Amino acid sequence: MKAPPFILLSSRYRILKKRLHPLTKEFGLTLYVLRKSLLAVIGAIIVALFIFISIFGDLLAPYDPNEIDIAGRFSTPTREHLLGTDKLGRDVFSRILVGARYSIRSGIIVLAIAVPTGIILGGIAGLFGGWLDEMIMRITDVFLAFPYLILAMSFSAALGPSLFNAMLALSLVWWPLYTRLVRGQALAVRETAYVEAATSKGASKWNLIFKHILPNCLSPILVTFTLDMGWIITAAAALSFLGFGAQPPLSEWGRMVSDGRQYLFQAWWVSLFPGFTIALTVLGFNLLGDGIRDALDPKLRRITEVKWKKKTRS
Amino acid sequence: MPEPLVECREVSKYFPIKGLFRDVGNVRAVEQVSLTIHKHRTYGLVGESGCGKTTLARTIMRLVSPTAGEIYFNGQDILTFDKDELMKFRRETSIVFQDPYTSLDPRMIIADVVGEPLLIHGVAYGEDREDMVLSLLDKVGLKPEHMYRYPHEFSGGQRQRIAIARALAGDPEFVLLDEASSALDVSVQAKILNLLNRLKEGLALTYLFISHNLSVIRHISDEIGVMYLGELVEQGSRDQVFGSPLHPYTQGILAASPKLDPDKRTRSEKIVLKGEIPSAINPPSGCRFHTRCPMAIPLCSEEMPAFRDMGEGHMVSCHRV
Amino acid sequence: MEKEDKILVVENLRTQFFTYGGVVQALDDVSFEIVNGEIFGLVGESGCGKSVTVASVMGLVQKPGKVIAGKVLLEGEDLLQKSDREMSWIRGSRISVISQDPTSSLNPLFKIGYQVSEPMIFHRRVKKRAAWKEAEQLLLRMGVPDPAGKARNFPHELSGGMRQRAVIAMALACNPDLLIADEPTTNLDVTIERQILNLVRQLQKYLGTSVLWITHDMAVIAEMCDRVAVMYAGNIVELSDVRTIFKNPAHPYTVKLLKAIPSSESTAQELDEIPGVVPQLIDPPSGCRFHPRCERAMPICSEEKPEDVNIENGHMVACHLYS
Repeated sequence: MKAPPFILLSSRYRILKKRLHPLTKEFGLTLYVLRKSLLAVIGAIIVALFIFISIFGDLLAPYDPNEIDIAGRFSTPTREHLLGTDKLGRDVFSRILVGARYSIRSGIIVLAIAVPTGIILGGIAGLFGGWLDEMIMRITDVFLAFPYLILAMSFSAALGPSLFNAMLALSLVWWPLYTRLVRGQALAVRETAYVEAATSKGASKWNLIFKHILPNCLSPILVTFTLDMGWIITAAAALSFLGFGAQPPLSEWGRMVSDGRQYLFQAWWVSLFPGFTIALTVLGFNLLGDGIRDALDPKLRRITEVKWKKKTRS
Repeated sequence: MPEPLVECREVSKYFPIKGLFRDVGNVRAVEQVSLTIHKHRTYGLVGESGCGKTTLARTIMRLVSPTAGEIYFNGQDILTFDKDELMKFRRETSIVFQDPYTSLDPRMIIADVVGEPLLIHGVAYGEDREDMVLSLLDKVGLKPEHMYRYPHEFSGGQRQRIAIARALAGDPEFVLLDEASSALDVSVQAKILNLLNRLKEGLALTYLFISHNLSVIRHISDEIGVMYLGELVEQGSRDQVFGSPLHPYTQGILAASPKLDPDKRTRSEKIVLKGEIPSAINPPSGCRFHTRCPMAIPLCSEEMPAFRDMGEGHMVSCHRV
Repeated sequence: MEKEDKILVVENLRTQFFTYGGVVQALDDVSFEIVNGEIFGLVGESGCGKSVTVASVMGLVQKPGKVIAGKVLLEGEDLLQKSDREMSWIRGSRISVISQDPTSSLNPLFKIGYQVSEPMIFHRRVKKRAAWKEAEQLLLRMGVPDPAGKARNFPHELSGGMRQRAVIAMALACNPDLLIADEPTTNLDVTIERQILNLVRQLQKYLGTSVLWITHDMAVIAEMCDRVAVMYAGNIVELSDVRTIFKNPAHPYTVKLLKAIPSSESTAQELDEIPGVVPQLIDPPSGCRFHPRCERAMPICSEEKPEDVNIENGHMVACHLYS
């Protein structure tokens, strides 16, 4: 007699809850190890702040970032304009707040293209090996050889300069890194005893990729991802600085640094503050990335786990 | 004598060594081995490093394809299996590895580790699968609460039990135990060996147990095969091989292994087997053991001896016997 | 000057590791003596403290570990009181260690001859050329065929057995008083193991080297050692000459351990099991550390740590059954 459906659902729910428990425990341990490192916490705060500003920047900005006030241009930092005004009288502070979204957008675009591509190609190359591996690796080499600046310039010339086009160019150079990363992991995982055990029980190659290789790749991907955000923001800013990325009147940070370049000695705040913000954000991602790397390190976790268990018990 | 489950006929496996443009040689890991594993018995395969026992076992499990020879499982040639037959073979065979610290996926909870074979073969889903996993864990002496934990929370002995439970998922007939107790402490080893014996009786399993440890092999095996540098040099029942070893290599390793009795120390400084194990790339001609054999004669370096039955199924490959 | 009768005396050695999760009480009041010229065995399963004992004796206990009590007397001098400089002088010249993996004891970038002569040059101030010649001699005595050729080889050109011989040669380069062998044959094939065991016995016979042999393999103990100490969870639970340990084991752990080993003696189908697991040393069991797993445990076993009791001429047990 088949059990009525609602009982089936509740038993499924129970099983799901039981399965979730070890995952939440592991996550809790990760957070605990992260909390223990002051630098990681600082990084996390900076990143959180950055994400917050990129979402709510326009609501927080005291002035319209594009509001021109020629009379009040080149105002030094005062109580009215916290970080001063630029050559068109626009409030620097507001522009920085609003500019965060362009940076995060860059990161998201590039990683959204690079990471899945890397996982798929890297996974196939690593697991299947042979000529497929060779082919993918040679294509990777070709793309890695491109200097991203030249590529962005040519995109800009062909498609017109814009932040989006610059990010497209950047992602073309970025996906090989993830491919290499995942391929390396796949090669390592392929040789393990547990994969051999799964193969001996009849697991297909797809089984192996999704159940064994991918989950074991997640940690390094997460760490690289976090650190990469910093790199991409820098690269986006650099491209915008050189004129191939964000175009005026977008208040992208790199663009802002470039805009203030001519007036560096008279109105230093126009370039300095956006530049400083870039540096701070990248620092935040680096600190957080390092912290995550440490938090996911099995040895460190095992040592810290004992203390954490004691704490959760008491 | 129960019927044969696994039969190897003249199985050889060479690994090519890649030169710049072509293969410059071969590692002759397994050389024309013929053996039979009977149902519900434990076949102990013993030999030192480089003897090819691991490669032979992988070949039997069809994880590596032999360069020559045939392998039969339940009378069927495993090398000519189609997709369905191969899946059936995979379900009926399992492996337990040596190192419990690397043979379990660190990112999977125990329920998934043990349940993976059930998932692959579509044996059971959802709650049924969880129930089956529970009963498997119970068989190996683990508790229900262990199901939802990660491998790193367990000791070596417990992990090996988990590996055994995984090997039993799907009701296999044949289990390959590749040095399954070698990485464990003595007291843990005793528990695992006892467990394996109990499971063999209770579930009517057939084991191929590989080890370099003679006392463990002696304890657990019904039949024994001794390998040296890719060749099977002696095969027989446990009492035959340990009681009256015929091949000089078997005699040598039995004499060389330390005894558990201080009174039975090898008093003399005489070393029975001199020298080192030669390379498998360029093995000695004729009988591969002749370079170290105390009884070698000129014939031994010219001709490889046939694997002959010396009575009651006790097989040896030696000119001097 | 007469050599001391006892080459090494370890008294009440206590080593602990101060980790994140608590204090690991790795060695709890360990005492033993090694007589000049004997092979002394230290046997136990993983986690019993054998390697920590070696590290403590050699002064190589790393942070967060610390030897907090006890004495280690090498021919009467307390090693624990010595400075780092003095200890680095003693290591390699008066005490040498050979460890489990010969490959990791040898530097892959230097020739064997150089590595064997290095201790001679450093400790005994022998000139390079003379040291090389002496190294070749030493390799010959270790049973290495073609020592001159092998001395010019790099470690990866040698087989496992040869590497172990080279490591032993390195250890003997300065004629140490004590040789510590930390599981030297565990990774070796049985025929090579036999050669190394014979070699060490010859060293004892012809050079009079004292050896502290660490292993988990009771069969090797039976083959090699004159006296044996059995360790469990940071304590020495039994100490005696080798025949007594095997024929007349007193401590319940020793008894059960011997019964758990598959041997050619017994044809029993089931091996004897020791219930439970080796305890975590952060929170070791109270009283006798073996009591949770002991079939003959009495109420006192969980309350009081047993004293070392001398049963008869040199047979020591730490068990309440005998006090």
